[in-house]
Amino acid sequence: MLQTFFEQTGHPELVILSAQWTLDIDWLLYFTRKDRIVFVPQQSKCTASMIEILEGLKAAFWLVITFDAELWEISLRSLRVTLTALLIASAIAIPLGTYLAVQRFRFRRFVISLINALMGLPPVVVGLVVYILLSRTGPFGVLDLLFTPTAMIIAQVIIITPVIASIAHQSMRELWAEYHDLLISLNTSKRQRILTLIWDGRRNLLTAALAGFGRAIGEVGAIMIVGGNIDHVTRVLTTAIALETGKGDFALALGLGFVLIGLAILVNLAIHTLSQTEREGRW
Amino acid sequence: MTQMFPLTLDQVLVRRRGKAVIGPTNLVLQPDGPTIIIGPNGSGKTTLLRVMHGIERVTSGTVAWQHNDPSQHAFVFQSPIVLRRSVYENLAYPLRLIQTPKPEVAQAVDHWLERIGLADMRHSPALRLSGGERQKLAIARALIRKPQVLFLDEPCANLDGHATREIEALLQEATAAGTRLVMSTHDMGQARRLAQELVFMLGGKVHDVGDAETLFTSPANKELSAFLRGDIVT
Ligand SMILES: Nc1ncnc2c1ncn2[C@@H]1O[C@H](COP(=O)(O)OP(=O)(O)OP(=O)(O)O)[C@@H](O)[C@H]1O
Ligand SMILES: [Mg+2]
Repeated sequence: MLQTFFEQTGHPELVILSAQWTLDIDWLLYFTRKDRIVFVPQQSKCTASMIEILEGLKAAFWLVITFDAELWEISLRSLRVTLTALLIASAIAIPLGTYLAVQRFRFRRFVISLINALMGLPPVVVGLVVYILLSRTGPFGVLDLLFTPTAMIIAQVIIITPVIASIAHQSMRELWAEYHDLLISLNTSKRQRILTLIWDGRRNLLTAALAGFGRAIGEVGAIMIVGGNIDHVTRVLTTAIALETGKGDFALALGLGFVLIGLAILVNLAIHTLSQTEREGRW
Repeated sequence: MTQMFPLTLDQVLVRRRGKAVIGPTNLVLQPDGPTIIIGPNGSGKTTLLRVMHGIERVTSGTVAWQHNDPSQHAFVFQSPIVLRRSVYENLAYPLRLIQTPKPEVAQAVDHWLERIGLADMRHSPALRLSGGERQKLAIARALIRKPQVLFLDEPCANLDGHATREIEALLQEATAAGTRLVMSTHDMGQARRLAQELVFMLGGKVHDVGDAETLFTSPANKELSAFLRGDIVT
């Protein structure tokens, strides 16, 4: 059916690419690198069976213990992209959330509602918009960033900045209520207030960043679109999983999935341990 | 140092949600203290202190210092505000805000840690302290910049006799060191022990103000004498 669809539309090359460009949501999204996007209804496929899950476990086990080069490359890229995005998003969101807690101004309520609304932004749409902005004919086309890790970082920053800002604002508001009288009484400057709140609320902010990390590392829709899932360039864990699923290789897809979950747990544990030791020490 | 007092409150009115919380009322504080503010619950003691400290907006009227220097004020709140930091860092905080050199910070903090008996707990989180310890910490933190005036809002509420005595000793030392105290309290014994000047608040207004001993021995009117006797005054 696909075959005939593309033959009729005159783009047989898409069929060859399709395996590489598979994105599984409710629809499968196929696109070419010529900035052409075509939506095709999802095809029914064979479903994963119990055996395949076991196969997946086995595959994951082998991939990890043999230090599979490709897996490491993909995992490290996943981490690099997500951590970079997290760093940039936190650098924007944490001061912003704190500022919104400390400072009253005319459009404060509006800005807060806007951030909360942006939190619900569908990643696929973010990807689409970034894609259009970065595509050759788009306003930032000259930068030639489409299908690079930088494009993926940009998309992730847009997705997680509102998440981190919203959670940060929430906890900074509580802390500000606690500190308000004392900091006003001590005649602190605005800058000192913000820095004090960030420092004393750092554990809460870590939790906010953690939420952002979780959202970014598991994200697939946006980075698939702007990154293109190119082998050795922009392929990360989630897009690789989507690809293997598209190819019907559930075993490898599951293996990659387990690695992804393991990675998320590992980073969570690391941050948790970090804050734990800090709590016990002097602070 | 320039003399900050007298402090003159002229026709001060504080309205919150349509209700006059304070005044309109007048009050003049001279350089000698301590001034103790008494009065029933809800009579406006806390609000008056906050107005004098400059952290509460007045609806109308003026609050005029002879010479105002906000860095020479300090305030101890009714329920002590403790920073989520170590005991040491809580004390160091006001000094850090004004870029005090590190050795001076360490010296001042060490002095106060010894003085309030918390030297052993210097590195533990201040939130682990008991109510009395927190209050001592808050007072030491308020005094660490050697302010000319210290406002205290019921610093000994919820404290037992021993802790109250410790805090009173701290306050007497501060007075001797030249800090002018303005304090509210519900403890008449404490008012008698500390007050040089007494302010009696009733219904948001300064009902009486004058020399403490005179007012205690011969109250000028029936409201004050009833209040000092422990009767309910409205
Ligand atoms: N922001 C506010 N909004 C509305 N009412 C307020 C506000 N601040 C104070 N009040 C009211 O003003 C009155 C005086 O309050 P204040 O805290 O100054 O009294 P107080 O003498 O310190 O009482 P207490 O002895 O119980 O501490 C109270 O009735 C209080 O409810
Ligand atoms: Mg009060």
